[in-house]
Amino acid sequence: MISTKNIAFSYGKGTSFNFPDIVAQKGSTLLITGGSGKGKTTLLHLLGGLLKPQSGEINIDNTNIAAMPDGRLDNFRGKNIGFVLQQAYFVESLTVLENVVLASWLGTGRQATEKAKALLVQLGLQDQLNKLPSRLSIGQQQRVSIARALINDPKLLLADEPTSSLDDENALTVADMLDRLARQFGTALVIVTHDQRLKDRFLNQINLS
Amino acid sequence: MITKIAWKNIWFKPLNTLLSIILLTASVAIITLLILLQEQFEKKFNSNVEGIDLVMGAQGSPLQLILSAVYQVDAPTGNISYTEAKTWMDNPFVETAIPLAFGDNYNGFKIVGTTPAYLEHYGAKMAQGKIFRENFEVVVGSAVAEKMQLKIGDEFFGSHGDSAEGEVHDTHAYTVTGIAAKTGKVVDNLILCTIPSVWAIHDHGHDHEGENAHNHEHAEGEAHDHNHEAHAHEGSDAHDDHHNHAEAHTHDREHDHDHDHDHEAEISEAGKEITAVLLKMKNKPALLSWQYMIPMNTKMQAASPGKEINRLFSLFGIGLQALQYLAYGIMLISGISIFIALFNTLKERKYEFALLRVNGASRTELLSLVLIESLILCVTGFVFGTIVGRIGLVLISGSSEEEFKMSFNPFTFVWDKEGYLFLLTIAVGIIAALIPAIKAYSLNISKTLANA
Ligand SMILES: Nc1ncnc2c1ncn2[C@@H]1O[C@H](COP(=O)(O)OP(=O)(O)OP(=O)(O)O)[C@@H](O)[C@H]1O
Ligand SMILES: [Mg+2]
Repeated sequence: MISTKNIAFSYGKGTSFNFPDIVAQKGSTLLITGGSGKGKTTLLHLLGGLLKPQSGEINIDNTNIAAMPDGRLDNFRGKNIGFVLQQAYFVESLTVLENVVLASWLGTGRQATEKAKALLVQLGLQDQLNKLPSRLSIGQQQRVSIARALINDPKLLLADEPTSSLDDENALTVADMLDRLARQFGTALVIVTHDQRLKDRFLNQINLS
Repeated sequence: MITKIAWKNIWFKPLNTLLSIILLTASVAIITLLILLQEQFEKKFNSNVEGIDLVMGAQGSPLQLILSAVYQVDAPTGNISYTEAKTWMDNPFVETAIPLAFGDNYNGFKIVGTTPAYLEHYGAKMAQGKIFRENFEVVVGSAVAEKMQLKIGDEFFGSHGDSAEGEVHDTHAYTVTGIAAKTGKVVDNLILCTIPSVWAIHDHGHDHEGENAHNHEHAEGEAHDHNHEAHAHEGSDAHDDHHNHAEAHTHDREHDHDHDHDHEAEISEAGKEITAVLLKMKNKPALLSWQYMIPMNTKMQAASPGKEINRLFSLFGIGLQALQYLAYGIMLISGISIFIALFNTLKERKYEFALLRVNGASRTELLSLVLIESLILCVTGFVFGTIVGRIGLVLISGSSEEEFKMSFNPFTFVWDKEGYLFLLTIAVGIIAALIPAIKAYSLNISKTLANA
């Protein structure tokens, strides 16, 4: 689970944020909405340890990552936090399977090849395992990045605008998929989005304003 | 794993990679070749010159004298009178004196008249048979025996001069009585016999190889009269009348000996000529003084091999240096090419780097990823360059073997210099990758991902 307490962050002059406290339990989903420029991405990066808050606490399963030194944070992130980004990025020279295996190695030091295969198969990518990521459709790429985010059984899964580039039907499919996987993997899921279509899908919501 | 990603990454852009590797290979190959050539060249030159303090021969270029008498690569400066040389050879200052008389060749291998001391000097033991004793008995060097398939007891005829196409002296056959063991020095490529054998073949003291007008004058004597008569009835035809001092001396090294002078019987030393004498001095000060005394008092000169070879090396040095600069230039360019390749892809790859960080890679892992990519290129280039350089050496060795009977071994390693070259290559790789690597190291992941 994840919980925050009084996080404040500033990009320097002018743009500073005081975020409301959030909580997301193991296996449940929290939707964070808000208009453009309200700090959704900023908050997500704070939760994932890509940015450091000026004050406040970010507790992931009782570990305050706000107080963690950089090197350990990289480690912690690789092992315990999965990211699904708005745009899917890959190591272009590695195949789909290798990209997922790489994430397991970076996070845990082991190459979980079988598990990666199983996960990709579960997400309907059995025919794409040995292709280069650039050969996949946008939707397929997104599923690969979901598989990659889940490969280490993370405690926290963070998704930034996971549906904004998808059509209505696919947007809901992906939302369902994430919700289901979060439950299956027992991970806390935080989705930030301005996508109105998701507002009715999740009960647990916070609006940034 | 990082190395695997690096490996996959560099082959993801094969053209960039190939360009960098080709440039690196070229520069490493040239430098390796130069290192090996220089090393083996100097070793060969120095090992052959060991224990020879002075070379006495006809006046002319001292370097030419050394090259011809010690290394058997150039034409001799001329001939000297044996009797005159003898007075110096017998001087108490001299420890050993090895006379050399250049004679014919057999398929391009020189036949040199000398004494057994020559073999001894180069540490050439008899692999088979025994040292020449009688005239026309020869000891062949190991390389000659191998290439010409010569065995003890074989007979062959020499051709005149130093090219295989010279006129064949088919009156005297040489008999192989010994085959010398391999020494790695000039002896390996020589055929050695007694000095009188050379005289006997060549018209009794009229071996005119490399003769010039000067040394000829003092050599006139009884022997000329004989020759004069021999030539007289033939008039002035193709072969020059070398004793005709009044006329311009147009005759050259191809001076013909087209008529038989079958005087096997006795060969007196009077008026005979030899080509050079290798001297080892007991008295070191004499080493210097003789270099002045001999040319002043005789028609001969005494050249110091060490001095001449140093002169030669410094001449060579300029050419080698130019090549070396060229090679370092190419290495600089290959460094720049690696830098550009890494730097150019940095923009597209920053998302990849951010992603790796998101997945738990540390800053240092990104730094090492970039460095490893560059180092893989450099090590590959170095390995190829080392191999290509040696292939080049084999090719050069083939042609130098043909022309100078000097071959190079591609399988030797000059550890220190090639080690430095390796370190240099690695340094180029690190420097080229430094800026891209630091950029990867200090990448702001949050910003990179947010601005997508
Ligand atoms: N690196 C940065 N330096 C300075 N200001 C920044 C930086 N990144 C974002 N900001 C500012 O912080 C504010 C919040 O940005 P953020 O990306 O979190 O918004 P967002 O809610 O995700 O918007 P969107 O829905 O458009 O993605 C914006 O006003 C932006 O200008
Ligand atoms: Mg955003």
